[in-house]
Amino acid sequence: MKAEKGFRLAVLSGKGGTGKTLLSVNLAAVIKNSAYIDCDVEEPNGHLFFKPEIESSKEVTVKIPQIDNELCDGCRKCVEFCRFNALAFIKDRVKVFDEICHSCGGCEILCPRDAISNRDVSVGIVQKGMSQGVKTLTGTLEVGKASGVPVIKNLLDEDLSDRETIVIDCPPGSACVVMESIRDADYCVLVAEPTIFGTHNLAMVHELVTLFEIPYGVLLNKCTEGDNPSEKFCIENNIPILGRIDFDPELGRINSEGEILARQSEKYKKMFESIYSDILREVAHETVADTKR
Amino acid sequence: MKIGIPVNDNNKESGVCISFGRAPWFMVYDTEKKSEEFIKNTAADSPGGAGIKAAQILVDSKINALITPRCGENAAEVIKGAGIEIFKSQGENIGENIDQFEKNSLDLLDDIHPGFHGHES
Repeated sequence: MKAEKGFRLAVLSGKGGTGKTLLSVNLAAVIKNSAYIDCDVEEPNGHLFFKPEIESSKEVTVKIPQIDNELCDGCRKCVEFCRFNALAFIKDRVKVFDEICHSCGGCEILCPRDAISNRDVSVGIVQKGMSQGVKTLTGTLEVGKASGVPVIKNLLDEDLSDRETIVIDCPPGSACVVMESIRDADYCVLVAEPTIFGTHNLAMVHELVTLFEIPYGVLLNKCTEGDNPSEKFCIENNIPILGRIDFDPELGRINSEGEILARQSEKYKKMFESIYSDILREVAHETVADTKR
Repeated sequence: MKIGIPVNDNNKESGVCISFGRAPWFMVYDTEKKSEEFIKNTAADSPGGAGIKAAQILVDSKINALITPRCGENAAEVIKGAGIEIFKSQGENIGENIDQFEKNSLDLLDDIHPGFHGHES
């Protein structure tokens, strides 16, 4: 646990619409001295609930190679080196595909003629704000940009040393953007729906957090009286179940109006406080287990 | 002149491949010599940017025209940047496509798609 950085709790799920933002926003609202980071940079929506007062806004840029055609002698070392195939050699010139480039800087180091330098290209913005004591950070990727990773890196590198708990609202799925979002997480909460599709996606994120060796537990959302294949999956795989949120039209209505449940009613405030204390109990248990290992 | 075609295997009977960047082979046909050679598409397994690398392979093999069912925008930029025209294939038969090309009855490919760029990276 990185105490100096605050306790980092990442909320993720294999598919969209399972309740990541619902849980993240409400947890951040009930936890004292918290920060909420919206890493779902392709479609950030946490700010719709928090409606924060924006304190600062900054541009995120990446370094893209540029070629000096006077210096380039066409050796093509850079084209062969690029594992992302962001460079092509056409008509005696190197062409750079900005959106394919991962800004590794390798071509620049490699060029025997020093013909490659770089330029900053904007890919998105990071906004900081406050909402009733919760510090909010929102990353927004520019439309048409290929990868949200640079924006997420920027979000997670923000100084939040004055915050005890940081809730990270991850993008859906288990791709690079999710890996980047949970990189420094101390604990992961996997949100799952009671459907076969939901269980399949739960299995994917479960594999991811296992691979990253981050302690985790599952929150079962939209529970009904019928079968819950996600619950069955947890039991079969010895995955701790942190809590359950029942399928609840009232909850759905308040949430769809862009209101934060925990700020709207005492009932929901208690519900999320209880989920948080169950998470903390599980975290403490994990820490003990970790020392024993 | 030389024509490039994405194909399913390294023979003329295999058929035109539905994909450009991830086609397993390219056939390069020489209209003067009436001969063909097969080039392995080493870009097919690339995690990303397969179209760009595949296009580079064809540009380097000095083709003058490309016949393909589809082509992504990045690959098209490389191909067109090298002054190569892109024609839309008709059906899967490789030989028939070459015949149609030589009779000038293939259309230029104008629906360049935005690419199927993976989100794995």
